[in-house]
Amino acid sequence: MSVDNQWPLWEVFIQSKTGLPYKHSGSVHAPDGEMALQNARDTYTRRMEGTSIWVVPTDAIVASSPDDSGSFFDPSDDKAYRHPTFYVMPEGAKHI
Amino acid sequence: MNTKKALFEYCIRIGDNSMILGHRLSELCSRGPILEEDIAITNISLDLFGQCRNILTYAGEVEGKGRNEDDLAYHRPEHEFRSVLLTEQPNGHFGTTMARQMLFSVFHYYFYKELSKSNDVHLAAFAAKSLKETMYHMRHSSEWIIRLGDGTEESHEKMQEGLNKMWSYRHELFEKDAVDEHLIELGIAVDTAKFKDAYEKQLEEIISRATLEIPEEGWRATGGRIGHHSEYMGHILAVFQSLARAYPDAKW
Amino acid sequence: MEDVERLEAFQAKIDREEKIEPKDWMPAEYRKHLIRQISQHAHSEVIGMQPEGNWITRAPSLRAKVVLLAKIQDEAGHGLYLYCAAETLGISREELLEQLHSGKAKYSSIFNYPTLNWADMGAVGWLVDGAAIVNQVSLQRTSFGPYSRGMVRICKEESFHQRQGYEIMATMAKGTPEQKRMAQEALDRIWWPALGMFGPHDKDSPNTGNAMKWKIKRETNDELRQKFIDKTVQQAEVIGLTVPDPDMKWNEDKGQYDHGEIDWEEFMNVVRGKGPCNAQRLEHHKKAHDEGRWVRDAATAYAKKQQSKKQVA
Repeated sequence: MSVDNQWPLWEVFIQSKTGLPYKHSGSVHAPDGEMALQNARDTYTRRMEGTSIWVVPTDAIVASSPDDSGSFFDPSDDKAYRHPTFYVMPEGAKHI
Repeated sequence: MNTKKALFEYCIRIGDNSMILGHRLSELCSRGPILEEDIAITNISLDLFGQCRNILTYAGEVEGKGRNEDDLAYHRPEHEFRSVLLTEQPNGHFGTTMARQMLFSVFHYYFYKELSKSNDVHLAAFAAKSLKETMYHMRHSSEWIIRLGDGTEESHEKMQEGLNKMWSYRHELFEKDAVDEHLIELGIAVDTAKFKDAYEKQLEEIISRATLEIPEEGWRATGGRIGHHSEYMGHILAVFQSLARAYPDAKW
Repeated sequence: MEDVERLEAFQAKIDREEKIEPKDWMPAEYRKHLIRQISQHAHSEVIGMQPEGNWITRAPSLRAKVVLLAKIQDEAGHGLYLYCAAETLGISREELLEQLHSGKAKYSSIFNYPTLNWADMGAVGWLVDGAAIVNQVSLQRTSFGPYSRGMVRICKEESFHQRQGYEIMATMAKGTPEQKRMAQEALDRIWWPALGMFGPHDKDSPNTGNAMKWKIKRETNDELRQKFIDKTVQQAEVIGLTVPDPDMKWNEDKGQYDHGEIDWEEFMNVVRGKGPCNAQRLEHHKKAHDEGRWVRDAATAYAKKQQSKKQVA
């Protein structure tokens, strides 16, 4: 083989504590899932940052495009009724 | 047999193995086959040096002559080291490095598992912590042996060659002498004979998954226990100890 | 949208201090500049492993050894983060390494100097990492999202690097006469190349204009260099070492140090490949790369086999 081969790219998501959501930490190169897990562990948890890891092939991720951002996100701008502060509570009511 | 002396001896056997293998892996820093693997190998080296420091410090305490980890690592002559010859062998190519690592890590896994039940509280706690690290070393090296064995034609050949080279060094890990016997009786040391079969079986499994052949038995390495090392050892220590010995009065 | 409009929208976004993300539209020049800068940064981290790696096997205590190993390993990690950040711009790691090996891509010239005694481990951590940190702290606010996030992580992890270097220098400076000699000698050798790490003077730096406008760079070479000098000279005094610059003196009016001129001819020579270790560093990297090829190919072949087994089953 003359072309160099640095393995495909994977995205790494780490859960820092049980119960918390997984957060994107970065990427690694790896030939397969097991190796991607090991590489992610060695690269991104050197300082005990995690309890659990997800790895996903980068090309399996579907991302919204910047041009969509208007149609995707602006419409929810005016739906204040989705937020709890929208509602008027009677004075004196507790624990609500 | 003096228990204190035996325990000291037992500790430096563990510590020296970790130190010398840690050293061999540290030589590979910036020489890995890919950046990710460079990081992985350094992690294993760091784990081994961590184990080495813990157990050499304890050895010094047991001995009671005021020697610390550095006195033991830097100011002992070659014939007082107790590492097995397997740990001293050169890195060779990546397949050889992984074969050496796998033969050692699988042993270390069973060894620490047993040692974590030791009557010696320090050894038991040390082993429990080291066991977790070792499980990862074992997984890492086995997965590589499987990939290299069952990868390309070239990697298959190289992996087989690396395994053949390292294969007969494994027996030394199971040697037993009066120090072991004495401490086994006290429930302090591990009777390695108990897991020799499981060890061999696990190697066979990995080798078969890697589509490799079990190598023929060659020269059964021995000698580390009495300070008769391979020729490589003198060179390892010449480098390792050079600076500390050139300036014995200096603090670093 | 017309390019002119896009360019205006792009600049407006940057002026609002919003980050540019990989899928956003960006001028070709911005992309090119970033790829060059990030890859140069990544290569520097990776090549920078070698001068320190030169002392791992000889570290004088077990503590010093594990600290050094961990630090060099961090540098590998930082190279990795940065390669990944560059990759989001549409260039592969294969191409990036090819550019390094062909000499098309550069790395920081500081790593083309040799490490000759143990105090160099101190001087490298204290001065080289110190200079890098000044630069990287500033780059945390860079306009490209992945680069900025990489810098935040790197700065967090590197906070111990400079301290470990300074600790080595301080220990040796108050150690035996021989140790003190090594410490001063390391400072003498590494001081000027460390100042060179910030690059040419602003007036001689052709890429500064756009890089500042696009907020890729947030402070100029000379500003950053001055910041570094001002904090480092005091640190040298505290441990009783002397910075090798007879023109170095405190300027009360400016509230900063005046300093002598860097030997730019030597600097440019090393950049052009004529430093003491240029050939050695590249050869070392190429050798590991070439010797690792069969390993990388084997893992790929194995993954393919497993994939086709899965498909059959």
